[in-house]
Amino acid sequence: MKNKMTVVEGSYTVAHSVKVCRPNVISAYPITPQTHIVEDLSQFMADGEIPNCEYINVESEFSAISALVGASAAGARTYSSTTSQGLELMHEVLFNVSGMRLPVVMTVANRAVSAPINIWNDQQDSISQRDTGWIQLYAEDTQEAGDMTAQAFKVAEDKEIKLPAMVCMDGFILSHVYEPVILLEQDLTDEYLPKYEPEYFLDTKNPMTFGAFADPTTYTEFRYLQQKAMDNALEKIEKAADDFNKIFGRYYGGLIDTYKTEDAEIIIMAMGSIIGTIKDVIDKVRSDGIKVGLVKVRSFRPFPVEAIRKAVAEASVIVTLDKNISLGLNEGALLTEVKSSLYNTDISVPVMGFMLGHGGRDIPRRTIRMIIDKAKDTMRSGIAVESEFADLRGDLV
Amino acid sequence: MKIIIGGVVEPGTTRVNKTGGWRNFKPLYNQDKCIKCGLCSLLCPDCSIEETEEKYVVFDFDFCKGCGICANECPSDAIEMVLEEK
Repeated sequence: MKNKMTVVEGSYTVAHSVKVCRPNVISAYPITPQTHIVEDLSQFMADGEIPNCEYINVESEFSAISALVGASAAGARTYSSTTSQGLELMHEVLFNVSGMRLPVVMTVANRAVSAPINIWNDQQDSISQRDTGWIQLYAEDTQEAGDMTAQAFKVAEDKEIKLPAMVCMDGFILSHVYEPVILLEQDLTDEYLPKYEPEYFLDTKNPMTFGAFADPTTYTEFRYLQQKAMDNALEKIEKAADDFNKIFGRYYGGLIDTYKTEDAEIIIMAMGSIIGTIKDVIDKVRSDGIKVGLVKVRSFRPFPVEAIRKAVAEASVIVTLDKNISLGLNEGALLTEVKSSLYNTDISVPVMGFMLGHGGRDIPRRTIRMIIDKAKDTMRSGIAVESEFADLRGDLV
Repeated sequence: MKIIIGGVVEPGTTRVNKTGGWRNFKPLYNQDKCIKCGLCSLLCPDCSIEETEEKYVVFDFDFCKGCGICANECPSDAIEMVLEEK
């Protein structure tokens, strides 16, 4: 039966998506920090539900991603999942994956990084990997996280892209929540996602070297080509979402999604599970006559500069919400990118940044409401206040 | 030559890409001192020294990196490393 809803954990939704995408090699480090995604995948493997696939239990996240370098170079469709410290341990290899142009897909269940020790949700882990050359997509809910996984394979493996992709979903809030979802159907997924056919792959009969030496006379051009691929990905991410909609009948936006932005004076921009809360607050404040809209950023890398310019051009104030901070700049990454996107353009709108929800701190509707009130003040004065923590506990510091 | 994405290369590319350009010092060969032992050719890490029919040697400067191992090992001081002016 098509479109049958079932109540499962967010991690299961993603694991199921991975399964129907027919991976050839899955590697994962199964100990903390990890999610049920790889646990469910290992169960699928044990039950013989993923044909033509090898599951490698490794001894660290560094090994998990390194194993996929070899597997992907050999022509396999590859997948892993990690979070927080595990992702940070992968850092060095992430550059190798993208530099060798290997379309590895990895779910990052966003969690805070130590120290101090904290296992709860924020987005510092994946934001810290911003410049590693991976596509980064952020999901709003578990259905989107599952659907985005198939979209990520489609974009990453495209001949004009050949870049690895991270599907980021908020840890616990999405990875551990039980929600009604439609699990991806195998026949529709087969229709959506073609077989992975790399142009170059490791083969003893036709030897190749991947990521070979590049001295100063050629290194720059490899970086240039990676950036070109990111540019191409802008269109392909939109197309992957449209194609998905045609086959599955679900759509979450392409590079960005907008909510009530047409007449909005205040536009809030954010990524991940916080989007749902913001929509609720927008519905409430609109009934009070405050014109607020939302831009949900799905693709953080490549950053959708043009789409954002178009979406916010008519706004009076832009507000960015970040579950991360670039220490030393006192800004979240989204704020920095949005400001940079609007500089040297005709758009002259005050941009205010708020950092919130660090280390799993709840983001209740009243916090969003308070932020909207501050945006109203800025609308009157025309001066954006400096970026700040929206939910700082003054009693502790 | 166009580069291939991902730094993918087939084996044997140094036949096309000459790597001798890295050299700062070059070996200067004095055939009169050479005792035809063949040690330099044997020890050259880049296989850039070839023996002739008369057991003297010739250097392949397309690939010699100027490491100086030949000069160091030569038992008859027939090879001297000199700064290469470019």
